Amino acid sequence: MSASPPGSLGSGQRAKRRNPLVPLKPPSVPPSGRSRAAQGLTAAAALGILALQRCEDCGAVQYPPRDACVQCLSAKLRWRPMRVGGELLSETLIRHGQELFFRHRAPFRAGLVRLDDGPSAIVALHRDCEPAPSRLRVRLVLDKAGQALMIGLPEKDTPDMADDSLIRDTTCAPRARKVLITDAKTKLGRTMVEALLAAGAELVWAGFAAPWKPSPHLDALGALEPVTLVPLDVSDETSVRELAGSIGGKVDILINTAEYHRPGTISSRPGVETARAEMEVNYFGLLRLTQAFSPALKARAADAPVSSTAWVNILSTRALSNDPAHGTFSASKAAAFSLTQALRADLQASGIRVINVFPGPIEDEWNALVPPPKLSPAALAKAVVDALERGLEDVYPGEIAKDLIARFLENPKALERELSG
Amino acid sequence: MRAAARPYDDVVVAAPVTIPYVRHSIKSAHWFLAQALAKLIEAARLRKTDIDGLAVSSFTLSPDTAVGFTQHIGLSPRFLEHVPMGGASAIVQLRRAARAVEAGEAQIVACIAGDTNHVDSFRLNTASFSRFARDAVYPYGSGGPNGSFALLTAHYMRVFGATPEDYGKLCVAQRRNALTNPLALFRKELSLEEYLSARLIADPIRLFDCVMPCAGADGFLVMRRATARKLELPHARLLAAIERHNAYPDDPVQFRGGWALDREALYAQAGVSPKDIDFLEAYDDYPVMTLMQIEDLGFCAKGDGPQFVRRHSFTTQGSFPLNTSGGQLSMGQPGAAGGHLGVVEAIRQLIGAPLGTQVRKARLGLVSGFGMINYDRGLCSGAAIFAAASGRKRGHKR
Repeated sequence: MSASPPGSLGSGQRAKRRNPLVPLKPPSVPPSGRSRAAQGLTAAAALGILALQRCEDCGAVQYPPRDACVQCLSAKLRWRPMRVGGELLSETLIRHGQELFFRHRAPFRAGLVRLDDGPSAIVALHRDCEPAPSRLRVRLVLDKAGQALMIGLPEKDTPDMADDSLIRDTTCAPRARKVLITDAKTKLGRTMVEALLAAGAELVWAGFAAPWKPSPHLDALGALEPVTLVPLDVSDETSVRELAGSIGGKVDILINTAEYHRPGTISSRPGVETARAEMEVNYFGLLRLTQAFSPALKARAADAPVSSTAWVNILSTRALSNDPAHGTFSASKAAAFSLTQALRADLQASGIRVINVFPGPIEDEWNALVPPPKLSPAALAKAVVDALERGLEDVYPGEIAKDLIARFLENPKALERELSG
Repeated sequence: MRAAARPYDDVVVAAPVTIPYVRHSIKSAHWFLAQALAKLIEAARLRKTDIDGLAVSSFTLSPDTAVGFTQHIGLSPRFLEHVPMGGASAIVQLRRAARAVEAGEAQIVACIAGDTNHVDSFRLNTASFSRFARDAVYPYGSGGPNGSFALLTAHYMRVFGATPEDYGKLCVAQRRNALTNPLALFRKELSLEEYLSARLIADPIRLFDCVMPCAGADGFLVMRRATARKLELPHARLLAAIERHNAYPDDPVQFRGGWALDREALYAQAGVSPKDIDFLEAYDDYPVMTLMQIEDLGFCAKGDGPQFVRRHSFTTQGSFPLNTSGGQLSMGQPGAAGGHLGVVEAIRQLIGAPLGTQVRKARLGLVSGFGMINYDRGLCSGAAIFAAASGRKRGHKR
C-alpha cells in the first residue's frame, strides 16, 4: 500500500502518522457466501493459481462452478489450471455499492471477460486495463473475506500497478508496513528481516529470546537503522504480553519464525521434556502470540493510511504427515497448523490474511542429518515476501515441499508409508 | 424443426387489476397478492369459489409458495401454478392457464403477481438471488441488476452503435405516457436533457435507465370466451404465446433473447406479422432490453434497434406506441409483477379502459416478458399477442 502521496516522503522519513483523535474505521469485508463447488476457486486462489472445472468426459470448461457438466451432464468435473488471458467484452464503473465494503470503495470497475479457455466471467478490473475490446490477464485472488475473486489486469505491467485499491485489497505487500519477526536470532530470522526490508517494509521489530546467548545474526541486524531489536520469548506469557503492550497496536504484519526443533524418533529420547519444549514454542507460543497480538491486528485492519494486513506462520511439511525421524517436532507443527485454522477463522471477519508456509527441511543445524536438497533460509524468506505481495494463503516453497504436498494430496496413506521407510 | 403448437381455442383474458404501487411498504407479499385476488373477484363480480385455478408469482412470499398461499386465503383451486420466473412470469402463467381452461382443467384461472418492498428487501434479495449470482456476481460488488445490465448496455452500444440519446428517447416517451396514468409513481415530465444529465449509476447506465423497485400487485383472469360472455366481462383474445429459457447459452455476452428463436412461431400461431401490431408492451428493465425486444420480435433487424428508435416515436399517439402506461420505468417495478404490468395494460388498451391514454384503434397488442438475471444474462423470455374482442385477426396498418 502506498503510505502517502508520492513526493511526501523524504529519505529516511517515516510514513505519515494517523491522527490519533480520529476513531479507527471498523473493517468491512465483501460478501463471503459461496456454494461448495465455488470453494474450488478459493482453493486455487489460496495457491495463486487460476483453475476452473473441466469436464473429464467432454472437455468443456465450466464457469461459474457447477455440479454437472453444462455440455454433457457428467459429474466428473475436475479443477484444472487454465490459461490466464481473456478478452474484455464490456465494462462498467459501479458508482454505488450495496454492501458496506463496496460502498467504502465505490466507484470501481467491473468487466465481462471471455476467458481464453471458453466461459465468460464477471471480473473486478484493474484501473489500468484498456477499455473494451481489449486483451487482459486474468488472475484468481483472495478478497478481504478470504474468498476467490477473479480480477482482470492489464496485459503488460504498468507503473505503480500495485497502488490500485484492487491490488491493495487482495494482497498484503510489506511496502511501507511495520513488521514483527518473532525470532530473528537464527539465520532464517535474520534473512527474513533482510528480505522484508528489501521489500520496502518501513520498520522491522526483530524479536530475540535468551539474551545471554550470543547471536551473530542479531548483532548484524542491530546495526540496521529500520530494525528495532525487541525481547520476545514466546514460551513466556509475560514476555509476549509486554511486547504486545508496547508495539501491538502498530504491527501490520506478524511473521512467526519462532521454532523449537529437536530431531529424533519418539523412542530415541526418554521422557517428554523435549516434546514439551517443542510444544511450548511451536504450539503454545503461537497461541500466546494470537491472544496478545490479534485483537489490535483486527482493530486496525481498515486503518489509514496504513492498515494491518497479515499473519504469517512458518509451519512445516511435517505438519501434514508425520516425519518419524522428527516425530515430536512433526506433532508440534501439526498442532500449530490446526491452531492456524482457528486463527484464520478468528481474523476472517476483519480481513486479516493468515498465510501458512509449509517448507520442507530447512538448511539449519536441526536438519543437519537430512540429506540435500534442503530449502535455504533465503528461498524461504523470498517465498514469504512473494506470498505477501501476491496475497496467497497456502505456500509450499521449493521443490521438496511441492513434491510432498503433491504426494499428500494424491494419497495421504501412501505418503505415511513412504515417510516411515 | 419444432412442431407447431396448437392454436389457442377461444381463450380470453379479462379483469385487469392493479394494487397501487408504493415505494416501500410494511405489508407482506401475502397482503398484496390477497388484495389483487379480492380485486379480481370484485371486478368480475364472482364468488371466491368461482376461481378454480390460480397462478402466483412473487419474490417475497418466502417461506411460502402458491401452495401455502391457498391456505392463507382459503381457496381450494383444482389448478395451481407457482411461477418463479421474474419478469417472464406473466406470460408463463398465461400460457399455463390458457391450456388449463382449454382442457377443462379449470374454468377461471386467476393470474396474480405481487411483492412487498421493505426498506432492506432489495439488498437481502439480491444477496441470495441465485447460486451463480452468489458465487460469481455478488462478490464483484454490483449488488443487483444494475451492474449486469450496465455490461450488456455498454456492449450493445459498442457493437450496434446505440447512443445515450437513443435510450433516453425511450425513457422520455414512456414518461410522457405515464403522465396521464394516475397509478404511475413517476408523473413528472422528463426531458432528454434531464435524462442525459442525471447521475451515472453504473456506467453507461444513468438514473432514469433504472426501474425503481416498489411494492404492488397486478392480476388478470384467464377463461374461455364463452365464460367471459356469460359473465358479461370485457375481454381480449389470446392469439399466440411463446416462452423460452436459457436461449443462446454460447453467446459470450447477451445481445439477444429467446424471442429471436421463437418469434416466427409466435406470429404464425397468431396469423399476423409484426407490422400488424398496434402497440408493444416490452419488458423495460433498462432500455437496452427494450431495444433487443424490438429487434428480436421482428420489428427491425438485429442491430437496427438504434435506427428504429431514431425513426419512430413511442408515445401512445406515436408511430410505435410503446409501454403505454409508462412501463416499469415510470410506474415502478413491483417485483415479480413487473411482467404483469404489461399484460394488464394490454388488456386495458384492448377493452378500451386504459389507466392513461388510449392508443387509437388498438386492435392487436404484443406483450413481452423477460426475467431472471441468474448470472450474466436474463434467462427467461416470453411474448403473447392479444386481439380486441371485436377485432379482426388482421389489424389495420399502422
